[in-house]
Amino acid sequence: MATINVTVNGQQIEREVDESRTLAQFLRNDLGLTGTKIGCEEAECGICTVLVDGVPVDSCVYPVLKAQGKSIKSVEGLAEGETLHPIQSGFIEHGAVQCGYCTPGLMMTATALLNENPDPSEQDIKVALKDTYCRCTGYASVIRAIQSAGRELRGETPLPVNDPAVSEPMHVISRSVPPQEVRAKVTGQAKYTDDITFPGMLYARTLRSRYPHAKILSISTEKAKALPGVQAVLTHANVPGENLHGLVYRDWPVLCDTVVRYMGDAVAIVAADTEDLAAEALKLIEVEYEPLPVVADPQYAHTAEAPVLHPEHPTGNLLKHIKVRHGDIEAGFAQADVIIEREYHTPTTEHAFLEPECAIGVPAGYPDHDKLTVYVGSQIPYQDRNQLGLALGVPEESVRVIGTLIGGGFGGKEDIAGQIHVAMLANATGRPVKMLYTRQESLVFHPKRHATTIRMKTGATRDGKLIAVQAELYGDAGAYASLSDKVLTRATTHATGPYAVPNAKIDCFAMYTNNVPSGAFRGFGVTQSAFAVEQNMDLLAAELGIDPVQFRLINAQKVGVTTATGQLLRESVGLIETIEDAWKDMQAHHNGDGFRWAWRDGHKAYGWGIACAYKNTGLGGGAPDKSEAEIEAFEDGTIEVRTAAADMGQGLAHVVAQCAAEELNLPYEKVRVLLCDTDLTPNGGPTTASRQTFVTGNAARLAAVALRDALTQSAAEMMDVPPQTIRYEEGLLRSNGHQVEMGKLVHWMKSHGLTSRVRHEYYAPKTQPLGSGGDMHFAFSYATQSALVEVDMETGEVHVLKIVSSTDIGRAINPLMLQGQIEGGIVMALGHCLTEAYIIEDGVPWSRLLARYKMPSIKHAPEIISHLVEHRSEAGPYGAKGVGEIPSINTTPAICNAITNATGVRIYATPVDQDALLLAMKNGQTELHTAWQHVR
Amino acid sequence: MKLWHHYHTPSSIDEALALLDHYGGQARVIAGGTDLLVDLRAEEGEPFQALVDITAIPELTTIETRNNQIIIGAGVTHNQIVRSPLLAANATCLVESCGVVGGPQVRNVGTLGGNVAHALPAGDGTTSLVALDAEAEIILNGERRWVPILKMYQGPGQSLIDSTHDLLLRFRFAPSGKGEATAFKRIMRPQGVALPILGCAVWLRVDGDTITESRVCIAPAGPTPMRVNEVEAFLNGQPASERTIHQTAELGQKALHPRTSKYRATADYRREMIGVLLRRTLTLAVQRAQTGAAVPEGVGM
Ligand SMILES: Cc1cc2nc3c(=O)[nH]c(=O)nc-3n(C[C@H](O)[C@H](O)[C@H](O)COP(=O)(O)OP(=O)(O)OC[C@H]3O[C@@H](n4cnc5c(N)ncnc54)[C@H](O)[C@@H]3O)c2cc1C
Ligand code: FES
Ligand code: FES
Repeated sequence: MATINVTVNGQQIEREVDESRTLAQFLRNDLGLTGTKIGCEEAECGICTVLVDGVPVDSCVYPVLKAQGKSIKSVEGLAEGETLHPIQSGFIEHGAVQCGYCTPGLMMTATALLNENPDPSEQDIKVALKDTYCRCTGYASVIRAIQSAGRELRGETPLPVNDPAVSEPMHVISRSVPPQEVRAKVTGQAKYTDDITFPGMLYARTLRSRYPHAKILSISTEKAKALPGVQAVLTHANVPGENLHGLVYRDWPVLCDTVVRYMGDAVAIVAADTEDLAAEALKLIEVEYEPLPVVADPQYAHTAEAPVLHPEHPTGNLLKHIKVRHGDIEAGFAQADVIIEREYHTPTTEHAFLEPECAIGVPAGYPDHDKLTVYVGSQIPYQDRNQLGLALGVPEESVRVIGTLIGGGFGGKEDIAGQIHVAMLANATGRPVKMLYTRQESLVFHPKRHATTIRMKTGATRDGKLIAVQAELYGDAGAYASLSDKVLTRATTHATGPYAVPNAKIDCFAMYTNNVPSGAFRGFGVTQSAFAVEQNMDLLAAELGIDPVQFRLINAQKVGVTTATGQLLRESVGLIETIEDAWKDMQAHHNGDGFRWAWRDGHKAYGWGIACAYKNTGLGGGAPDKSEAEIEAFEDGTIEVRTAAADMGQGLAHVVAQCAAEELNLPYEKVRVLLCDTDLTPNGGPTTASRQTFVTGNAARLAAVALRDALTQSAAEMMDVPPQTIRYEEGLLRSNGHQVEMGKLVHWMKSHGLTSRVRHEYYAPKTQPLGSGGDMHFAFSYATQSALVEVDMETGEVHVLKIVSSTDIGRAINPLMLQGQIEGGIVMALGHCLTEAYIIEDGVPWSRLLARYKMPSIKHAPEIISHLVEHRSEAGPYGAKGVGEIPSINTTPAICNAITNATGVRIYATPVDQDALLLAMKNGQTELHTAWQHVR
Repeated sequence: MKLWHHYHTPSSIDEALALLDHYGGQARVIAGGTDLLVDLRAEEGEPFQALVDITAIPELTTIETRNNQIIIGAGVTHNQIVRSPLLAANATCLVESCGVVGGPQVRNVGTLGGNVAHALPAGDGTTSLVALDAEAEIILNGERRWVPILKMYQGPGQSLIDSTHDLLLRFRFAPSGKGEATAFKRIMRPQGVALPILGCAVWLRVDGDTITESRVCIAPAGPTPMRVNEVEAFLNGQPASERTIHQTAELGQKALHPRTSKYRATADYRREMIGVLLRRTLTLAVQRAQTGAAVPEGVGM
């Protein structure tokens, strides 16, 4: 221990501290200033940035005693009382806050910049924020927010908000209202799971496998248990219920008993008085393994000699064979004048949500907790509860899951992480238990995007019409099924691209391996197939001598087309309009000088590339897709919407609030939202498949309609007027000169024994399973993107200068936040194209540090021009369809097509390797089949 | 996870040495900690008994000129270097190399001494110090002395000094004189670890239209940083022309035998980059030497 003297946010502090503390730990754990977030502890992500004597530092690698005598400023010190700092209001106004986990770090780095340079150029901002990451926003809004704050600090008017144009805005719908809880997020008051503590709380850690595949011969926990301060050490023997979990197939051990199948497998769990003790206890657990041969490759997994990883699975390592059959494939190719057949490879990629997984278990009987309760930032709270019940061997209603704020998910927080483990440890110790994964553990543990090998054969007739598509996909499902079945089904059903294709035969093989499991990830398999589809489109266009834009227009899906799964598209197909939008902007870029696909300037090559995409909204495939919402009106004139549907930054909370405000004609500020508490909020279903706006948006809208009916009835009685004469105006109910405030009405209802609370269960339109024909999905979103790239012909370096995007989302419920989704999706996909691959060598992750997994930083952020197309979907709320995933689907092929146009080299594997690209250009090669991970 | 137990911030060299001595090899020097703490966490090894922070020792944290030598303390941060007008004018390459280390948060605490003591063959600060023909002042086994910068490197990640026992104090080199100039550039890739695929720093003296002396460092081109003697020998006495620069680039490509390193670069690519970097840095340095003006390029990128 040592004494530290520091000024924190203007306040002099003298304390005894543990000398081994970092500044981040000191602020968070000793001072309770949890606004400073920790994302990696590797000096990589920058979200832990605070100012020390005015200068930004990564507080996660800054020993607290380095700060001796210095002045520290954290996010909590930005606002003055209730008055927000211009950087905070700038972030809110310009929509630069999504999940909010990076927000404190971004704002602190930006504040240091503005203090020094109140008029920063975009380049200055990129230099200053180069190592402060955001995974959600795509940075465009961040840059604008900072410039706007600079203007305010200089006494000028803030920048106008870049609010996208939309059609037919309503009262609250199609208006850019601020997201819920945004103020808490910019002031550092927002509580994510790791920001919550309970008196007497223990800290838990997980012992993970030492091998990608091994028999467990023995586990001995005696020494660990004997360590003073260790309160519980549990293994498979302590799992009370079923020792398996899984969202689709229950194949994943809660704690491994006889065999480990990947490096992230959990073998034992520990709860101790401190994090350090828990970590120390892990080292004392003795596990004897017998290593087994590793299945590292999906195609090898399919061979007879590969060891079978899940003997109980009826088809061995073949988790699932997914088929699409449409028309007559042989006849189709027989009619084709040109056929292109190519093989593509996409790597495993990592969500890199900035908040690592965290869960807290609180035992029944602990103050304020009458049930065993799990706090977790989960995408599927009710499914968590279900899995908890099964593993614990108790009725699921005896467990409560409380969803906390989520610092990004993107599909990576759908599977069980620590939920069951903290519940077991809380039960075993009778105390609250927190389990926070380190970034490094998160990288090894959680399911990723499937690596795929895609062989794609596309045929067209001389007049430019697609006639047949045949494809074979191998997807690396990894050690456990997770959502592989669903994800790779999407990859398969979307493998014709958003085009009219009369004949198709597509086979996908989802294979078990000893790699990290693969599961849900924004784009849900369609990202991978689009990479192949859209490059084959360009290859065909070239072969046919047809312009790539024209070629896509000829084949674009439109109303009346039947998809390869047999679905007749009857409405809301805005693809052609998105292509036209993109094409207009591409031409506009050349200022009337005539559009060119490619040109050279010195040693730089420039090129445009275009790609289209479509993505289903909702679960589809015959799965009943429903959501429930509850709305209650209060005597103070406010209402609360409740649903267990997760908001991981994508904005579900404001969507449901807007729907409710719209139906009741209330000011948006009068609506609160309570999400994800299995005891207080009805089931909104999983946050996946871009479904929440559509499904839970509808549930909230219809619940509001039902509430309005109830209020109207009561108001009619109260004022003695016919119900049909009652109008809603900003919190008042009026009828011919009579009026009553909604709050007063609620009071009246209560005193008459009437309830002002309603629930609505919404069922999305029915869908059909794959293979049965008919409607597999109830809606599709469409998008077109064009990328302008610059390639340095001397070094092979690739820069994306501009992305033009147009997206048909049916209706923009919140245009600014929706634009943020699009920009964020684009930059994420740009990362998949240029910077990201999760490398795993013979089952052992090389990418076990964030330092080895680069996501795009602000310096990669291109200029983005995005348009919204609103072809209403009849069943969607106000015509809306999903938007969460579509923007991350076609960016990669658009960039690759642009690289080909610029350099003449086509990219068959990602992320693009500048090394191989340069050598290919030098050697006159036109095909690049290797990527960064092949540099060895 | 604890990475260390005790933390000391001595205010003098003697005090720092006494502390290291006291812990008998169980304590380690820390400057900015941007290499040390990140490595410690990645290795998941046993915590150090103590860290000895050298950044509060006044002698180690200043930039000054004495006897026509520029002296930089080992505890000077990259950002201090980037902001020094003295260095921008007289050691442009050093500003350019320290200006691309990490992001602002890392540059605000990471030090030149840490970059050298970490002893990677391609530390960006190192590459420029070699071209500047710097010397390092160290206390090795209790003896204080100046050694040529290249002596500091014994192998990849292996320094002449043992940071549980010895100290790196300062660097010194001559400022750019009349007709002298430097430049630094590097090639990165957007994937994987933040280490350059290749970095190149050059120092030139140009008399009228003739290059009269040169120093060139390209890294990584071996287990430790080194000068490219063949290139230097060729350059001296050549006209400061585009043709010379092209010839030099070709010569450099022949002289060096870069390796393929996993997930960073192939040997073939590195060979190409030797040419590119030599052309780019030499062109810039010649221009600077001839005009006498030097504005650092690429800082922060
Ligand atoms: C995100 C990130 C990006 C980075 N990017 C780059 C980059 O682009 N280029 C690059 O070259 N480096 C980079 N680095 C590495 C690192 O920041 C630099 O090498 C930095 O200069 C190290 O200095 P430091 O003061 O932080 O060293 P420390 O971590 O404090 O120390 C490094 C080593 O040197 C020893 N040591 C330090 N000072 C002394 C001394 N005075 N006497 C004796 N021993 C000493 C320590 O014991 C330790 O072994 C990066 C690091 C991070 C985290
Ligand atoms: S840089 Fe500190 S938490 Fe990531
Ligand atoms: S808002 Fe930046 S990481 Fe989520």
